[in-house]
Amino acid sequence: MTVQASTARAVADMESVAPQDADGRARVARALAGRIGGVWLVGVILPVLLAAGWELAVAGGFANGRLMPPPSQIWGELVRLAATGELWTHLLTTLWRVLAGFAIGAIAGTLAGLLTGASGLARQALDPTIQALRAIPSIAWVPLFILWLGIFEASKVALIAVGVFFPVYLGVMGAIGSIDRKLVEVGRVFRLGRLQMATRVLLPAVLPEWVISLRSGLGLGFMFVVAAEFMGASEGLGYLLVDGQQLGKPAQILAAIITFAILGKLCDQALVLATRPLLAWRDTVRARL
Amino acid sequence: MLTFANLTKTYAGGGAAALSQVDLAVQAGEIAAIVGGSGCGKTTLLRLTAGLDQASSGFIEIDGDRVTAPHPAIGIVFQEPRLLPWLTVRDNVAFGLGDQPRAARRQRADEALERVGLAGYGDRWPRELSGGQQQRVAIARALAPRPKALLLDEPFSALDAFTRASLHDHLLALWEESRPTVVIVTHDVEEAVTLGDRIIVMQPRPGRIYEEIPVDLPRPRDRMSPNFDAAKRRVLKALDNSLNPQHPPGQTAPAGGALWW
Repeated sequence: MTVQASTARAVADMESVAPQDADGRARVARALAGRIGGVWLVGVILPVLLAAGWELAVAGGFANGRLMPPPSQIWGELVRLAATGELWTHLLTTLWRVLAGFAIGAIAGTLAGLLTGASGLARQALDPTIQALRAIPSIAWVPLFILWLGIFEASKVALIAVGVFFPVYLGVMGAIGSIDRKLVEVGRVFRLGRLQMATRVLLPAVLPEWVISLRSGLGLGFMFVVAAEFMGASEGLGYLLVDGQQLGKPAQILAAIITFAILGKLCDQALVLATRPLLAWRDTVRARL
Repeated sequence: MLTFANLTKTYAGGGAAALSQVDLAVQAGEIAAIVGGSGCGKTTLLRLTAGLDQASSGFIEIDGDRVTAPHPAIGIVFQEPRLLPWLTVRDNVAFGLGDQPRAARRQRADEALERVGLAGYGDRWPRELSGGQQQRVAIARALAPRPKALLLDEPFSALDAFTRASLHDHLLALWEESRPTVVIVTHDVEEAVTLGDRIIVMQPRPGRIYEEIPVDLPRPRDRMSPNFDAAKRRVLKALDNSLNPQHPPGQTAPAGGALWW
C-alpha cells in the first residue's frame, strides 16, 4: 500500500517534472535562437570567414592573389582612393546621376501610373504603348540616347530615368487598380471632387505600394548607372570599374564594387527612413517594410 | 422628411428588379427599421438614398430636395466601419468637415468622439481599436456634419451580442440629442424592434415593401416585456409570410390578432 502510494507519487512527480523540464528546454532553445537570430552578426560570419581564409591563403603563399586580391589590399586601395579624393569625386558623380535619373523617372512613372490607374480611357490609350516600350531592354536605348543627347550627362541620366520609370509606373498603376472600392465610396458619400478624391483617398491608399516601387526603381537606377558609365565616362564609380579592368587593377574594381554596395544600401535606407512617417498607420506583419 | 416615390431599381444584366415601386415616407425624427430576406433590396434602397447608385425610375426627396448624388443632409454608416486606415481616429471623424477651418474641425470631431464614448481616442490609429469601437467612430463620422437623415446598413451585424446591445443604447442616446431621421437596415428582428418606431418588412423578387408595422413601445424598451415579445413575433410572422408567395402583401392578421397567435 505504502509502496504503491510512493510509486504513484514518484510517477506523478516524474510526470509533473518532465513537462516542466521540456518546457524549460524549449524556453532555453527559444532564448538561444532569439539571441542568435536577433543579432545581425550571425549573417556576417560567412563573409568574414571567407575573407579571413583568403587573406591567410595569400599571406601563406597558397595563392598569389593577383587577380583576386586579399581584403587587406582592397582596403588599402579604398584608403588610397579616399585619401587622394578620387573616391569622393567618383562617388558624388555617380550619386548625382542616380539621383537625377531617379527623380525624373520616379516623377514621370508616378504621374503616368496615376493617370492610367485612375482613368480607363487613359489606360486603354497609353498602357499598351508603355508596355511595348517596357519590353525593350533598356540598355538597347543607349546608342540612340547618345546620338540624341550626346555622350555627356544627359544621355546617362536619361538611361537611368528610363530604368526607374517602369517599376514605378507599374507599381502605381497596379496599386490604384487594387484600391478598395469601399473606401472610395466613403469619399463619394462626403462629396469629394476629383482632385480631393485623388489627394485624400487615392494617394494615401497607394502609398505603401508606391514606396515599394520606388525602392525597386532605385535599385534599377544603380544598375543602369553602371551601364551608363560603361558607355564612356571620365568620372564615376562605373568609370573606376572600366579603368580597373583596362589597367589590370582588380583591387580598384573590387573597391568600386564595395563602394557601390554601401552607397546603394545607404540610399535605400534613406528612402525607407524618409517614407516611414508616411506609413506609420499600416496594420501589417512586416510594418518595418 | 425622407420620401420615396415609386422607386424602382433594375441592375444592368436584367433579372428581377432589385427594387420595385417603393413608396414610403419616413417622418423627420422617426426611426424606420427595414427588415427582409436576402435579395429584398434593402441595401439597394439605402445605396440609392445615399446617392451612391441611381434609381431606374421614381425618386427620393429629403425635405423636398431631390437626391440624385450624395447629399450633404444624409449621412451613412456601412456594414463595415470603413475607416481610412491612414487617418487618425480624429481625422476620420473630421473627414466630412472639409469645408470648415482646422480648429473648428478638430473641435467638432472631438465632440462627436465624446458623444460615442471615445473621448481621448482621437490620436489613435483605427487599427488600434476594437470592432465595436471602430463602428462607433464610423457613427461619429456620419453624425459629425450633423445630417438630417442617418442611414445605417446592418451596422452591428459583425459584432457580438453584448457589444451590439451597448451600441443600440449609444445610438439611441445620440438620436435623442439631435433627433435625426434614421433608416436602419438589419436582419436582426430584435434589433429592429429595439430601435424602430416603425418596421418596414420587405419582400424579395422584385424587392418591394410587404408590410409596415408600427412599434408603439416607450423607450427605453424592455426586451423582456410581453409587448416587446409580441412586436417581435409580429415582425417574424410578417417576415415568414413575405417569403411565402401564398400570402399577398397586407394580409397579415391585424395587430390585435397577431399578438396571440
